[in-house]
Amino acid sequence: MAMNMSRRRFGAGVASLGALAAASPLSRARAQAAPLKIGVLLPRSGFLADIGQQCQRGADISVPILREMGYSLELINADTESKPEVARTQAEKLIREGADILMGAFESGATAAIAQVCEQNGVPFVINIGADPQITEQGYKFTFRNFPTSIMLGTSGLSLFNELFKATGVTPKTAVLMHANDTFGQSMLKGITALMPKLGLPFQIVETVAYDPLARDLSIEVAKCKAARADIHMVVTRNKDAGLMVREMVKQKYEPMGIISPGSPGMYEQPFLKTLGKYADYCISNVPWYDPKQPLAKTVEAAFHKAYPDFSFDLNIGFSFEGVMVCADAYKRAGSAKPAALVEALKTTAISNRLMVGGTIRFNEKGQNVDLRSASVQILEEKPTVVLPVENAVAKPVFPMPGWDKRG
Amino acid sequence: MIDPNILVAGLLTGAIYGLMALGLSVIFGVIRVVNFAHGEMMVAGMYVGVVLNRRWGVDPLVSLPAVAALLFAVGYGLQRGLVNRLIARPHHNQFLTLLAVSILFTSGTLMIFGPDAQNAEVPYAFESYEIGGLLLDKVRVLAALGAVAGAVALWVFFKFARTGKAIRACADNQLGAQVVGLDVKRLYAITFGLGAACVGAAGSLLLLFVDVQPYLATDYTLLAFIIVILGGLGSMPGALLGGLLVGLSEALAGFFIDPSLKSMFSFGLLILVLLLRPQGLLGKPG
Repeated sequence: MAMNMSRRRFGAGVASLGALAAASPLSRARAQAAPLKIGVLLPRSGFLADIGQQCQRGADISVPILREMGYSLELINADTESKPEVARTQAEKLIREGADILMGAFESGATAAIAQVCEQNGVPFVINIGADPQITEQGYKFTFRNFPTSIMLGTSGLSLFNELFKATGVTPKTAVLMHANDTFGQSMLKGITALMPKLGLPFQIVETVAYDPLARDLSIEVAKCKAARADIHMVVTRNKDAGLMVREMVKQKYEPMGIISPGSPGMYEQPFLKTLGKYADYCISNVPWYDPKQPLAKTVEAAFHKAYPDFSFDLNIGFSFEGVMVCADAYKRAGSAKPAALVEALKTTAISNRLMVGGTIRFNEKGQNVDLRSASVQILEEKPTVVLPVENAVAKPVFPMPGWDKRG
Repeated sequence: MIDPNILVAGLLTGAIYGLMALGLSVIFGVIRVVNFAHGEMMVAGMYVGVVLNRRWGVDPLVSLPAVAALLFAVGYGLQRGLVNRLIARPHHNQFLTLLAVSILFTSGTLMIFGPDAQNAEVPYAFESYEIGGLLLDKVRVLAALGAVAGAVALWVFFKFARTGKAIRACADNQLGAQVVGLDVKRLYAITFGLGAACVGAAGSLLLLFVDVQPYLATDYTLLAFIIVILGGLGSMPGALLGGLLVGLSEALAGFFIDPSLKSMFSFGLLILVLLLRPQGLLGKPG
């Protein structure tokens, strides 16, 4: 018999065979046998490099632990260079290279750019860290965030101020707010301004000082804050700027009752602790943090310290770990790496064995995990320590903080 | 009411800016070449300071002469090996070549030291002097004194040293200098070396309070350009004046208006000077 098969017929045959194979239990087993390819996008260079690399450590440490827990995964890493435009091109590249799902990207601008790429390409995206509320307000179908929005951060972080004043019996009357002038800093400012009256905080913000987060020198900014003579120094910092700020405060002998962040990075990062030493002590960050009493947190922390003895375990590690875990968990339940299957599985995520402070990881219809809470993390003896809420705390808060010349 | 601490902080920072821009101005004033790798050379010098500090605990103020000497050698070699060949070429050839050199510097530092910011640790990093009501940051005072000393040394060299006078002769009249038998190429190389040494010294001083990372250079190259254009391209006192003005304007704008608008005022000053006095405050009309 002569072979009389047209190209169209051949194509249709292959397609139907493919469909059959995809639906079969054998294919399901094969799909699960192949690890999920998670494209990890982080700012590993540029001005956010320290934090980006810390997040990368969290993602890297997750692989052996999650495999041990029965998950099948592998990471493909890309550097966003702390630039949203690079994040966009790197996301496109990872998708071309066969990433089944993307995870990242620490910074809101880069995260928003990646979310757009994922929507255009129909690839699921899990956000490890990125607080701009707009990202989950766009009606995106492929984006899921296991991190609080800046409004949630602000609400949870500001509520902890009242808990701090109650726990220490000290009530300040005035505050100065020094904040980074970028997407994150601006959205935090809006959140704080809107939430303060609603939360009944006892103090007034008497001065607001915005600064460039890439600034090499914050002497003028700190002098302006000092001139306001406020009781507490509220900050929204990003990274290195936190160290620059406190260094200037020490030099200018500016001694407020406390240096408190309602929810921003910087004051618990390794470079901050290393550069400032005893001057880092007593700074408080009200941020989502790992629960030191959770068994998984203890396991991951131990593994982290073994792998990276020179680095501290922080929220960047915790949320990056959980970001990878959310992806791997969706794959395990979906039984397929196809985008539609992964998205459906992500929608029904319910992970209670987690390491961060908060309830079970679940996403609402917008793809946002709404059950995330902040903890007050105070630097005590040069280590980030949970001091509030009481149920998660391992030490008592120190407020007002001792003066600069009254430390060891 | 302005806090006098703000004025002093602005002036101290401005003095270091001045030293940094001085190198650029010296090179342009004599060789008529704009060094687009200026900031990158400073960053390279800062990295040398960081390595010496981290490995052997050397204070950047102590390693400053060695860093300046090393940068002098780099600048000398760059002029002899590369820039001398471009002097007769159109300006865009010079710009692009030095831009390529700047990219090589940045990529090199990125490859060797990685993207992380690094700093030098000095025991007096958190100290300040209290004089009357004034609080003077010790690090900035030392850095500004170093900058002024560097500028004075350079001025003495150009004013009194035989080689300095010969370089000035080259700057005034290159053909005349050749006619009287001066080795112009060697003098140009020394000038480029001196410019590089200046920026190396400024880097060592900045290292006392600025963390170094490979991409830092772009900001400082731009800042150096603003300062020398403000003060007058090729004018040494102009570079110092420009530095002080930029430092002061940043401080005042930061205090009275908004700290995040500091840089805007440097650029505003630049536009104003270019409109009203294109040769710069102390520059000679071209």
